[in-house]
Amino acid sequence: MKKWLIPIIVIVIVGFGFYSWTKGFNNTAVTLQEDAKTAWSNVESAYQRRNDLIGNLVKTVQGAADFERNTLTEVIEARAKATSVNVDANNLNPESIKQFEQAQGGLTSALSRLLVSVERYPDLKSNQNFMNLQTQLEGTENRINVERNRYNETVGEYNKHIKIFPNSIFAGWFGFEEMTRYQADEGSEDAKEVEFNFD
Amino acid sequence: MIFNRKIGIASLILALLFSFSAFAQLNIPDKPKKEISVYDGADFLKDDETKQLRQKLETYADTTSTQIVIATINSLNGEYIGTYAAEWAEKWGIGQKDKDNGLLILVAKADSKIWFTTGYGIEDRLTDATSKTIIENIILPEFRKANYYEGLDKGTDAVFEVLAGKFDADQIQKQKEEFPWAFFIFPFIIVVVIIIIATRRKNKGGGPGSGHRNSSPDLLDILILGSMGRSMGGGSFGGSSSGGFGGGGGFSGGFGGGSFGGGGAGGSW
Repeated sequence: MKKWLIPIIVIVIVGFGFYSWTKGFNNTAVTLQEDAKTAWSNVESAYQRRNDLIGNLVKTVQGAADFERNTLTEVIEARAKATSVNVDANNLNPESIKQFEQAQGGLTSALSRLLVSVERYPDLKSNQNFMNLQTQLEGTENRINVERNRYNETVGEYNKHIKIFPNSIFAGWFGFEEMTRYQADEGSEDAKEVEFNFD
Repeated sequence: MIFNRKIGIASLILALLFSFSAFAQLNIPDKPKKEISVYDGADFLKDDETKQLRQKLETYADTTSTQIVIATINSLNGEYIGTYAAEWAEKWGIGQKDKDNGLLILVAKADSKIWFTTGYGIEDRLTDATSKTIIENIILPEFRKANYYEGLDKGTDAVFEVLAGKFDADQIQKQKEEFPWAFFIFPFIIVVVIIIIATRRKNKGGGPGSGHRNSSPDLLDILILGSMGRSMGGGSFGGSSSGGFGGGGGFSGGFGGGSFGGGGAGGSW
């Protein structure tokens, strides 16, 4: 009947197929990106939880004994620094994550030094309040671990999605950029062994 | 030589690309087909003890929708129990999806370690410090005497008391999944178009000069349709993953898909 009809139908189908293909890519990328942002805010709230606990810990330690001024001051300063560094989930770039990592890592090492020095004070160790705080800190370190792993997993999924061919081409068109993973802070694993294996 | 160098670079790039996929993958048992409340992998309990614990925990889940699972394993193989337990519970989706009211009690035999990992929804009631108190004061004294059943029995009783009244007999609404219309409409349109084209050709079939055209476009159609099928399949349906829906709220519908953030406490005996 009309010869031009068939090519047009084919073009429309191809066009629609291409549209839904790229749409599928775009929407999955957006979903994965939002997942990663949510995971990041969970990482931050786990750290925030730790900061709050450390505030209480410092008070308890201060009240229980007048000692270790330097260690305590270090923790207080590191905490203030860590609290001041916030990363907006919508602006997750390598530099800001690096800053966040460094500030929190500083607090981790100051905290582990404090907890090691506390080992020398039996009164404090048997203080119920202190023991509760230590348990909560242990749980919080675990939360931080879990949320960080989960953040890294979601970032991994997102990065995989935008990097594989031919998605990498679409990612360029739509402006999806690679997201940054959270690196484990140096030496934090060793410190944890010392701090928390108490009976 | 050039060939070899190319392979070297390519494999390096591949290694870099895939290095992250090995990141933080813990070896967690797959979600079992039969979803129950006690998995005694390390044979801590006698058969009738397992049965009693199961009955107790499953009744509790039926009335409160809070799912408590006890799992015993032989060894952690060097994993840190806190993170391991949290990832395990998350993978299995213990607790209801909208309440995150799951608790996994993980016991490792060779390591002599126990850990409570609490779902997001119960960690405000069953705090880390409360879990620690239950473990240290109720469970571990029994474990040290090798009374594993008594320890777990009294420990879960204490958990019930702590959680009492928190999630009482709320009806879990069955969530209806939206029917993915778009998924069916597009192929349907294609099929209609094919039928139109096919019938038109058949009508013209006897016409002069069109005999050889009959077969050739079919291949093209197949290619186009094939690639579309693939693109639809890999499209927007990949994003989220979730556990099954807990129908009745207990264990009858299996694990509900609750989520865990690493809260909890542990001890060793």
